[in-house]
Amino acid sequence: MLIDRIEARKNPTKHTLVALVENKPGVLNRVASLMRRRNFNIESLAVGTTEDPTVSRMTIVIDASRTNAALVERNLYKLVNVIDVQDVTNLPTVVRELALIKVRVSDAQHRGEIKQIADMFQSRIVDVAKESVMIEVTGEEQKVDSILNVLQDYGILEVVRTGRIAMTRG
Amino acid sequence: MKLTGAQVIWETIIQQGTNVVFGYPGGAILPTYDALVDYQDRVHHVLVRHEENAALAADAYFRATGKVGVCMATSGPGATNLVTGLANAMMDSSAVVAITGQVASHLVGSDAFQETDVTGVTLPITKHNYLVMDVNELPQVMAEAFYIARSGRPGPVLVDICKDAQQKMVDYEPITSVQMRGYRAIKPHGRQDIPALLQRAKELIDHARRPVILAGQGIKHGNAHEEFREFVEKSGIPVATTLLGIGVLSEDHPLNLRMMGMHGEAYVNQAIANADLLIALGMRFDDRVTGNLKTYAKNARVIHVDIDAAEINKNVPADVGIVGNVKDVLRELTPLIEKRSYPAWMEQINEWRADTKAHDVLNVELPEDVLLAPHVMRAIWEETKGECTICTDVGQHQMWETQYFQHTRKNQLITSGGLGTMGFALPAAIGTKFGRPDEEVWAIAGDGGFQMSIPELATVMQENLNIKIAIINNNFLGMVRQWQELMHNHRYSAVEMWTPDFVKLAQAYGMCGMRATNIKEAREVIRRAREHNGPVLIEFVVEKETNVFPMIQPGKSLNEMTRRPIQPAALGGGMQFMKEKAQ
Ligand SMILES: Cc1ncc(C[n+]2csc(CCOP(=O)(O)OP(=O)(O)O)c2C)c(N)n1
Repeated sequence: MLIDRIEARKNPTKHTLVALVENKPGVLNRVASLMRRRNFNIESLAVGTTEDPTVSRMTIVIDASRTNAALVERNLYKLVNVIDVQDVTNLPTVVRELALIKVRVSDAQHRGEIKQIADMFQSRIVDVAKESVMIEVTGEEQKVDSILNVLQDYGILEVVRTGRIAMTRG
Repeated sequence: MKLTGAQVIWETIIQQGTNVVFGYPGGAILPTYDALVDYQDRVHHVLVRHEENAALAADAYFRATGKVGVCMATSGPGATNLVTGLANAMMDSSAVVAITGQVASHLVGSDAFQETDVTGVTLPITKHNYLVMDVNELPQVMAEAFYIARSGRPGPVLVDICKDAQQKMVDYEPITSVQMRGYRAIKPHGRQDIPALLQRAKELIDHARRPVILAGQGIKHGNAHEEFREFVEKSGIPVATTLLGIGVLSEDHPLNLRMMGMHGEAYVNQAIANADLLIALGMRFDDRVTGNLKTYAKNARVIHVDIDAAEINKNVPADVGIVGNVKDVLRELTPLIEKRSYPAWMEQINEWRADTKAHDVLNVELPEDVLLAPHVMRAIWEETKGECTICTDVGQHQMWETQYFQHTRKNQLITSGGLGTMGFALPAAIGTKFGRPDEEVWAIAGDGGFQMSIPELATVMQENLNIKIAIINNNFLGMVRQWQELMHNHRYSAVEMWTPDFVKLAQAYGMCGMRATNIKEAREVIRRAREHNGPVLIEFVVEKETNVFPMIQPGKSLNEMTRRPIQPAALGGGMQFMKEKAQ
């Protein structure tokens, strides 16, 4: 199952939209409602604050094989609280995702191996417990996919991924 | 000056040029109704009998005047009753501002008495909505609401105002211009190279041999009737209109083919199906217009002009898509194109048209005691000389009105298009009469839709409105019965309708009531109704099981329409009754 999802993620039909929206109550609801109402398929939606406290930034990833990204863009743009939308898919962009992964450890040897894997992916172990460790990994989705793939054999207990955030270069 | 929130509401409505509000009071909106007492000389409040009708009347008021329609309701059930009317305004792009009372701000979220999350409920059926908990926001929000409703592609805006925000005081100065961060009336997304697009459009027009213009309501909203007529006459290109586009060009104009789509005349759809260029102006390729998209106008290039960027390439891909006000675009496009005519193409269309005429039910010899809805439409048209505004309901009669009433005046037909809201006609006629007080206004409804809006007869009487109401009574939910006959193998399910004695009903309301059962009587009652200076309700008892043709069944292509059976040789289909009569 995980592998299927990883395969799907390699699909180049993903479009990344960056929307600047007014930081007002209910705006996330308006965006989510639009997606549901127009039957747009979104893969991930990440929201956060920006340098301007009155503005929030949304990074929306769309499966363009099922949804016309240009229509999403135009419909988003119609929302009164949306200040700007940009499809950054084909622009030089830094794309990141953060994931926390809890992996089962049954003995000290495993713990050592997992530490090595974490190092190879330039990620960190942020929590160590008797029967598990937690890894924090940052990077493009493929990197997160890869480490998940490698860790699968040890038994992944829990995963959380933030979804993609993006910023154009320069 | 210092005003209460309630006063700010009325001040803004007056400042925005609207002098009639359709509404219904209740607990959470009481402070605003209290303030109304002091504004009665400047705003007329119409007490409807159901809030849905307040929203529908406000919608029609906008369509009749171009001024923002305003409706008002209390929290909870009052506000939820508005929903159908707001959805109607959203689908048909009507500028409506709805004001609803909300429970006091400290109670929001507590399931207080008559608390409903109205901004949540109406989010997908409004262009925008607001919840105002703090009176200090109210002046700005009210100004924005009117601006958003009216500008760009018009639409409904709801302002939900907590009771305490209506009561508290605020410093108020009239707001004359609105600046908003995210909202721009026309939002082409990204940069548009307009001159290049116009040039490309001109080239497509220059090379066309079988072009058709598809004219929609956007021309009305942009008040571009003149620019449109100039464009049509210079280009020499025939025009098909959408249902809501009826009235953008006189239907006796030689280039106006009239309405397209599911129940458009066959030749109109044949022209579109065979076109090599479609010029779509202020219309959105609704499925009732296109039929099966896969086969729609396969050989046509498409120029699409709309004020809403999200309509371009939504249903039909455009070779040239221009986001803008039709008026501005035509002002630039018309000078670029050559003066032309298309004799061969028009000849072909006229050939198709002649064939359509041969199918027309009006050309059939009928027994004297037969009355068909098309006769009624034609009689109203002839008796009024077409000089009136018609508000129709939804169903068969609505389609027959488009076919048998020739609309020669600007914006003469007010009807529910996108949502197809039964119960529209009567509240719409009320809204229209306030917008056009000197106009003869007719509400035409089926027996089904009319029974959804009967309570508004009381409003008509209370406001002493001179409205003529025509009920086309076939004792069926006609359009649904037609679908069941044609597509569900004649299995009638929940479509038979008992109706009250409409003449007595009218009398119970103190209104003049009449009935007609044949063509002669129909003309007679229409004449008498027009002479009567006051509201009249007429029941036209028509044949029960006739069908609206031509018809493109859902999912079918434009050239797969079911034609009117040729009369009288083939008495099948909807003309079954004539066989029985003949026996
Ligand atoms: C509020 C609402 N409910 C249901 C429908 C579905 N509907 C469309 S046409 C129609 C029949 C209308 O019957 P009637 O008002 O008698 O008019 P007719 O078709 O007979 O002219 C119905 C039920 C609708 N459009 N609106």
